[in-house]
Amino acid sequence: MDIHEYQAKHLLSKYDIKIADGGLAYSPEDAVQRAREIGGEVWAVKAQIHSGARGKAGGIKICKTHDEVSAAADELLGKRLRTHQTGPAGKVCLRLYVEAGTSIAKELYFSFLVDRAHERIVMVGSAEGGMEIEELAESKPEAIKKIHIEPAVGLCDFQAREMAFALGLDATQISQAVKLIKGCYRAMRDRDANMLEINPLVVTTSGELVVLDAKMGFDDNALFRQQKISELRDKTQEDPRETAAADRGLSYVGLDGDIGCMINGAGLAMATMDMIKLAGGEPANFLDVGGGASPERTEKAFRMVLADDNVKAMLVNIFAGINRCDWIAEGVVQAVKKIDMKVPLIVRLSGTNVEEGQRIIKESGLPIITASTLAEAAEKAVEARNDVVAREASVA
Amino acid sequence: MAILIDENTRMIVQGFTGKIGSFHARDMLNYGSNVVGGVTPGKGGQTHLDRPVFNTVKEAVDQVGAEASIIFVPPAFAADSIMEAAEAGIKYCVSITDGIPTQDMMVVKNFLRKFPEDERMMLTGPNCAGTISPGKSMLGIMPGHIYMPGNVGIVGRSGTLGYEAADQMKALGIGISTSVGIGGDPINGSSHRDIFEKFEEDPDTKVVVMIGEIGGPQEVEAGQFAKHHMSKPVVAYIAGLTAPKGRRMGHAGAIISSAGESAAEKVEMLQDLGVTISPTPSAMGETVAKILQKI
Repeated sequence: MDIHEYQAKHLLSKYDIKIADGGLAYSPEDAVQRAREIGGEVWAVKAQIHSGARGKAGGIKICKTHDEVSAAADELLGKRLRTHQTGPAGKVCLRLYVEAGTSIAKELYFSFLVDRAHERIVMVGSAEGGMEIEELAESKPEAIKKIHIEPAVGLCDFQAREMAFALGLDATQISQAVKLIKGCYRAMRDRDANMLEINPLVVTTSGELVVLDAKMGFDDNALFRQQKISELRDKTQEDPRETAAADRGLSYVGLDGDIGCMINGAGLAMATMDMIKLAGGEPANFLDVGGGASPERTEKAFRMVLADDNVKAMLVNIFAGINRCDWIAEGVVQAVKKIDMKVPLIVRLSGTNVEEGQRIIKESGLPIITASTLAEAAEKAVEARNDVVAREASVA
Repeated sequence: MAILIDENTRMIVQGFTGKIGSFHARDMLNYGSNVVGGVTPGKGGQTHLDRPVFNTVKEAVDQVGAEASIIFVPPAFAADSIMEAAEAGIKYCVSITDGIPTQDMMVVKNFLRKFPEDERMMLTGPNCAGTISPGKSMLGIMPGHIYMPGNVGIVGRSGTLGYEAADQMKALGIGISTSVGIGGDPINGSSHRDIFEKFEEDPDTKVVVMIGEIGGPQEVEAGQFAKHHMSKPVVAYIAGLTAPKGRRMGHAGAIISSAGESAAEKVEMLQDLGVTISPTPSAMGETVAKILQKI
């Protein structure tokens, strides 16, 4: 789960980390009021969306008068911002963070991530800030410093110092930096974050270290013990289809294709999508109904898939292990009878009681296309989709 | 022979008396697994499924000689149960539990490393379907009947995709020595490579099949191990060719977050390492059959 910049900064400030003065705004009037409260002569009006690279997408405006603050707020509120992280659909900006301008002497990069290969949290830093870390890793990998943290010991002072020196800070800034680095680590560990990125971390002209942008992501598996973090969830930043699915206990990822999928198991779901692609089609979604595909779950999953107007054909691929094909088949038949399906349905069942399952589908009298192998199912789904598209074209 | 478990392995179930634990313990017993008891704290001294229940894993090790355990404990407590098993002297543990926090798994891995290598418990999972040595024993939740005994070793992250592979092979008359699920989490007990090591040592395993997916470095690490340390051919399929970057595909660990983690990149690197790639998920069986003909 991701949170907004202002939420991450608020959280970090509780760990004694210095952030610039700022406040939240929901309207141009709010924004001007925040600028007045903050005082000074320069303000940054920042779009709050769950994505990095907001600057490049025009989501951050530097303003020198209250009128400029108001105009920036007016432009950004309700705007859909597109970055390489949001994809072409973009994310809508409904909140702004107005912050005191910072006079920047130097920009640095700093983050904590989960390193899967080392099975530890890794601290990453670079004196070359302001750039995307992926770009830096390609163009100048030697400029990146990585330090792994021993889970039982935690982050040691010497490691924080080592990082501070690698960031090119001078002797007078080291104790400040150690405090900031250790605070970030505690926030990461205490709150079950799996990512904390400060890009940039800046040195101001007066030599202070300030967190200019902050991004945090949290481990979904740990939210059960992080109630305060769960409360920060902002559903306006999520794909509404994925939110609806998650609320129903289904694992769904919306994609751009037009063949809807319902599969049990994440690996088999990915494999089925691959098979659709190899057969010349494009999947509309990833959907794992889980191990116990009861009739109720099956119906919910059908409704999820068909709620996407792009779907031109639907493929069901179930490998019955613990459950049985005959139960699944009954669930599918019930769902199809309840829902007025307008697109062709292809069903492939495999595993326990497969013959019985196939018989139920056949005897239902419903126009369900069946397949016995994964390849056959994908080919039939693409064929059915192409027929629908051809028919639509001839009508038009 | 097989790896990790056989008909003699003395197994216990942690979370034995719960609904899910009971269901799968019964399935394991029906398959012929040597389940010698179970653990549910507070229910020690009772009998469940005609087997003794213990309060602690240590008691189960001392009193019925438990060597392997399977964990059905809820995610908030599962890491603790895994460490209890390791401390009690269990040699092999499967964690079925899905949803264990990443930081808990880091603590578990760190805890396991404190044991000298020859005394260290082997862990597979979490978030996996378990391990089966067909015809001998099952420490997992898979449908046992789809696996035919034989000499192909399977290691994979996914449950149902592993079933698909076993089923394709059975249809071609190819059997399995052992099938190991390592689970879909970002930090797991054993990697593909760890299981490759076991298969390489097993005289009854002739070919190894790796079923990987997007995310993390483990498939390529295993490929490097195969190139330098294995005499047996390796076949691989990597799921997620169509998965977009930065999106989590069901499994907590199935997310492309850095270079080298996409399916296409993994396939290319594995090919360079001499691994035979199954071009599609429906060709896993045939690809193995072709390799078997050559040896």
